[in-house]
Amino acid sequence: MRVEEHPILGEMKKPNVVEIEVDGEIIPAIEGEPIAAALLAAGKSIFRYTRKRNEPRGVFCAIGRCTDCMMVVDGIPNVRTCVTPVRAGMKIQTQHGLGEFGGPLS
Amino acid sequence: MRETEFAIVGAGPAGLSAAIEAARAGVQVTLIDENDKPGGQLFKQIHKFFGSKEHYAGVRGIDIGVQLLHEVETCGVEVMLNAVVWGIFADHTLGIIHDHKNLHLKAKKILLATGASENALAFPGWTLPGVMGAGAIQTLVNIHRVLPGRRVLMVGSGNVGLIVSYQLLQAGAEVVAVLEAMPKIGGYGVHASKLRRHGVPILTSTTIKEARGKGKVEEAITIGLDEHWREIPGTEKAYQVDVICLALGLTPLSELAWMAGCQFDYIPQLGGHIPVHDANMETTVNGIYVAGDVSGIEEASTAMEEGKLAGIAVAEALGYLSAAEAACKKEVVLRRLDELRSGPFGGVRKQAKEQLHQQRCSQ
Repeated sequence: MRVEEHPILGEMKKPNVVEIEVDGEIIPAIEGEPIAAALLAAGKSIFRYTRKRNEPRGVFCAIGRCTDCMMVVDGIPNVRTCVTPVRAGMKIQTQHGLGEFGGPLS
Repeated sequence: MRETEFAIVGAGPAGLSAAIEAARAGVQVTLIDENDKPGGQLFKQIHKFFGSKEHYAGVRGIDIGVQLLHEVETCGVEVMLNAVVWGIFADHTLGIIHDHKNLHLKAKKILLATGASENALAFPGWTLPGVMGAGAIQTLVNIHRVLPGRRVLMVGSGNVGLIVSYQLLQAGAEVVAVLEAMPKIGGYGVHASKLRRHGVPILTSTTIKEARGKGKVEEAITIGLDEHWREIPGTEKAYQVDVICLALGLTPLSELAWMAGCQFDYIPQLGGHIPVHDANMETTVNGIYVAGDVSGIEEASTAMEEGKLAGIAVAEALGYLSAAEAACKKEVVLRRLDELRSGPFGGVRKQAKEQLHQQRCSQ
């Protein structure tokens, strides 16, 4: 959910909306925002599943420290989506375990 | 290998202030930050600051950030972004990964202004998506304008917990309650009152017991605590929420200070293990300084003053300021720090800081 209006920050500046692909689904995203922000705005909360127990993980710290939000981005696993900016046409996949190199490239 | 006179690690309020102060005196400054923008956490702080006028009282963190960045740009500081400092060596050399390349930077003086990381709390279900740090919420809501949920339970009633709760209301979310394990509210009364006026209950002697949900947070279970911090059976309550926010204090990000061989002291009031430092912010390792949260968890306002102190001290040590000039500048800053560290909240930190300084001096 986007915070379009805000009593202190005012109206949101007109963003440059692009499309990214998440597990095959096209979602809108704002160019330059962290991938994690775009996913949360689109209502997605599970970013990866853990290696041993296959438990879901999402965004925890949002500043690149905790690595909970790692996904496969353009074929590269373990990318911290909270500090990786959106580019048009990125292909993002939910990560399973440690992830694998490869997969779709943008 | 590259060389500089003064390398600063971390471009938050402390690092920026130190850079400005030193560069104005004529020092060659390299300011390094791992993020793609300088400012640290300042740009997430959309509330007005407290303190005196010199302290930007009534000014919002974001506006202070803009001002500091402008000053850094105009006084000739080299700013190196997307740069992670991974090591610090005995000859004042930093190992840095910058834009995916490794480089070494040798400096005459180094300031570690690395800030802090949020404390977490482990409870059943705490790894579920939807359990987040308060800093994460601030980043998402105030910078990226994304609400990660609609109904939030806040754990912790320190200033961060109270302020972020209010910021969630401003962004249109509902805060079902703020929990506080202690018998009284941790933060300032003025922040707590703002929440109360909006009907948000602040529940003292209460903590989180469990987060439940399929794949993400759907329900939070809270429980009452007795005076010995034991759970009181039968006091569990269930809240339907999609976000559980943890505001449980901060721990200094002190890895580089450990690596440099700085002596530490354990001071719980300042957030744990703190590098021992003197009134110039110099650690027990010659030429290595600390300022801001890494030198003891306080606030952005104190971080800025500590950064200035370090900047002045470095300019003096490098011969850009005479002892008299430096003493005069330091006196002004120290007076402001004293003001910031007064009252029931600041007084505790003042005592703890003095304890650190005495240790450094007795060596």
